[in-house]
Amino acid sequence: MIAQPEPKKDVLARRDAIVAGLRALLPPDGVIAEPLRLKPYETDGLSAYRQVPLVVVLPETTEQVAAVMAFCHREGVRVVPRGAGTSLSGGALPMADAVVLGLMRMNRILDIDYADRCAVVQAGVTNIGITQAVQERGFFYAPDPSSQLACMIGGNVNMNSGGAHCLRYGVTANNLLGLRVVTVEGEVLDIGGAHMDAAGYDWLGLLTGSEGQLAVVTEVTVRILRGPEGARAMLAAFRSNEIAGACVDSIIASGIIPVALEFMDRPAIHACEAFAHAGYPLDAEAMLIIEVEGSPAEQDDLLGRIKDICNRYDPISLKVSQSAEESAAIWKGRKGAFGAVGRISPDYLCMDGTIPTSRLPEVLGRIGAMSAEYGLQVANIFHAGDGNLHPLIMFDANDPESFRKAEHFGADILRLCVEVGGCLTGEHGVGVEKRDLMGVQFTEIELDQQRRIKSAFDPGWLLNPSKVFPLKAPPALTQAA
Amino acid sequence: MSETDTAWLTPGDEAGIAEAITAAHASGKPVLVCGNASKSGLLRPVQAAATLSTRALSGITLYSPQELIISARAGTKLADVAAAVAGKGQYIIAEPPDFSALLGSGAEPTLGGVVAANLSGPRRVAWGAMRDHVMGVRAVSGMGETIHSGGRVLKNVTGLDICKLLTGSYGTLAVITEVTLKVLPAPERRATLVLTGLDPMRGVAALSAALGSPYAVSAAAHLPAEQAARVPVLAWFGGAVTLARIEDFAPSVTYRTERLRADLAAFGLAEMLDNGASEAAWTAVRDAAPLVDSPGAVWRVSVRPSAGPAVTRAVEQAFGARWYMDWGGGLVWIAGPASEAAHDAVAAAARQSGGTWTLVRAPEAMRAAVAVIPPEPAALARISARVKAAFDPKGILNPGRMFAGL
Repeated sequence: MIAQPEPKKDVLARRDAIVAGLRALLPPDGVIAEPLRLKPYETDGLSAYRQVPLVVVLPETTEQVAAVMAFCHREGVRVVPRGAGTSLSGGALPMADAVVLGLMRMNRILDIDYADRCAVVQAGVTNIGITQAVQERGFFYAPDPSSQLACMIGGNVNMNSGGAHCLRYGVTANNLLGLRVVTVEGEVLDIGGAHMDAAGYDWLGLLTGSEGQLAVVTEVTVRILRGPEGARAMLAAFRSNEIAGACVDSIIASGIIPVALEFMDRPAIHACEAFAHAGYPLDAEAMLIIEVEGSPAEQDDLLGRIKDICNRYDPISLKVSQSAEESAAIWKGRKGAFGAVGRISPDYLCMDGTIPTSRLPEVLGRIGAMSAEYGLQVANIFHAGDGNLHPLIMFDANDPESFRKAEHFGADILRLCVEVGGCLTGEHGVGVEKRDLMGVQFTEIELDQQRRIKSAFDPGWLLNPSKVFPLKAPPALTQAA
Repeated sequence: MSETDTAWLTPGDEAGIAEAITAAHASGKPVLVCGNASKSGLLRPVQAAATLSTRALSGITLYSPQELIISARAGTKLADVAAAVAGKGQYIIAEPPDFSALLGSGAEPTLGGVVAANLSGPRRVAWGAMRDHVMGVRAVSGMGETIHSGGRVLKNVTGLDICKLLTGSYGTLAVITEVTLKVLPAPERRATLVLTGLDPMRGVAALSAALGSPYAVSAAAHLPAEQAARVPVLAWFGGAVTLARIEDFAPSVTYRTERLRADLAAFGLAEMLDNGASEAAWTAVRDAAPLVDSPGAVWRVSVRPSAGPAVTRAVEQAFGARWYMDWGGGLVWIAGPASEAAHDAVAAAARQSGGTWTLVRAPEAMRAAVAVIPPEPAALARISARVKAAFDPKGILNPGRMFAGL
């Protein structure tokens, strides 16, 4: 288990006064302090870690968020921002001495501008909610994390969420134009806007993916895109991970950038097939799901080119969808992957490293060896175009030893990702989960540089502390006169 | 003093850069940081005793076409990076401009310089800015400490995104020593639809329709007759031109240009520029070629695209500006007299539309006197000062390059 810091005793002792102070700032139902009602907030998507917070506040406006932040700053109280609570890295894990600042009531879409292809939405709007609001005109919001039905745009901004279509459309950072944020002192700042390039430092880029360390996001201006005429998927299954990996390389080298290029290894294929009956080939070692976009003729052209490439790699099976229904069937197993693994093992850790795609066969081989060593099953799902690897490690949560082993196994996988030239996290964030592994990827000098940026925004380290950076006293910030 | 009459330090490796900055940090003496100084005329002039250039730090360190990744040292010429990826049928996504003609430097831009200035060309409207494709950097902070951020993979959210913070920071936080870029396969065919004779409002409306179509338009610009006349491949249309580019596999380009032409019929019958001519037109738009011969000052104003025409009207009325629009109307290039009155008019027009401005070209005295980019509100300026201090506590790297006193 990853260590949490000692709560501030003086804050715990002042709890009643803090709750009363917050009640004065918010509507009557905007403060939750009763132990039973605090319970649902004790964890997020990393449910192995739990901590009931000091108090939960649910503001409805940026002004209320600013009032809460100013109050907490004055009182020296820590704040943990929270969207839908779907973080897989414990990014919204509460602290005993911290206010959980829930943005879920800020769920309004404020403006949709089709002419300029952007929308202004509050932080608590769900990811899918944006697309739903604009799809009648054929537009969509591109990043599509697996949790998109539940996860909120404010959380997406803070974690720089990705999804299955990043290779073509980029991650959250590439699809934002502006933010309204509240600083730790309670000041409201507008960063960027509906225009494309803001002059000056790229605060938008820095805040995106900052995991709630720098400011609280209350409003987001997103790019919305006109959708393609259509999309179609194909499935290709191969005799080895090496062959499937080489096929991916050849597709990219041919000049085709599919909108999605998903790789599943044998355990993942079997788990998904048993669950979804999608017709996946059970004799394959590796399988690709490849999706292209355009008019029906353009889809035919691209799928034809990809099929020719796949045929050079002696595929076990090749299935090109002829309709939206057939495409949905091909995706069915992949989209149900988490549920499928959950059926085999009630508990699993979903890891999230990135590797250079050329190292995939070697990495899968070594993960297989570790799986045997730890005695824990693992299934691998891989965004093959961008190198983002999701090993699902299965364990038994009722057995503390099994959980301990799963955490060690996961850490070993992430170390391996860094060793081959990749990184600890491609889209889930560092949070609590990977905090103590940061030293694998960064030197102490580099971590201190990041900590000083944190200090520049949050000198007292009140915002979402004890995450992202290994615990240590914040470095001093000196400034020229 | 300007960069031309100070001592030049040109270390050949990252350790040499670190050594030079460590010495400057110890002595507290500011350094002017640059690559090849092709853009030293951009933004505010820097007062420094020495110039630290990354120009000797050159060479491609990694190129993996099937992983869409290229890494090169900061002083590598942008043209060399472009040529290397072109050799494998790929391109630099953001289509970064070359302002050496516009700024009269005659120097070739470096990779580090383009990244430090976050300069993007026409493709920005569809595929993102330079900063969107910087996957990794190595850099030396104002304390002489060597750091890296990001890496050589396309998806990475580990720790704070210092890549993006350094991109566009003009060497004021750290000296970038190496950059890793995402690249993409170059299209088989490029074609540009040309609508003629539209006024700015109709032109931007046509571009909005094109960018909002399902045909993946990758660039969208509007040039009034006066500026179109200065671009050889556009001059013969004999009036204002409104341009929409589509680039992809050849059959797709044929199909989509036909569909788009039909969709835009209400704006007139579009003509078409193919491959070479299309390329020439967009290179001119990219590098502000229509304004190169204009005397005086040049600005870029970034606004929501539909506000572009209002900006052009305002600056025309204020000082008879020459202008054209890229990014579907979202980027307005403006030329006019190098006066504070003209600058104030540009700033007011940008502010009116909720956008920002950059003074791209002006005499040194003017660049020192005016806000070359919009000043930050007080609360943000305090954060800027603290972030600057977090990298460069003694304020030795390019002091005053972006904001006076920072």
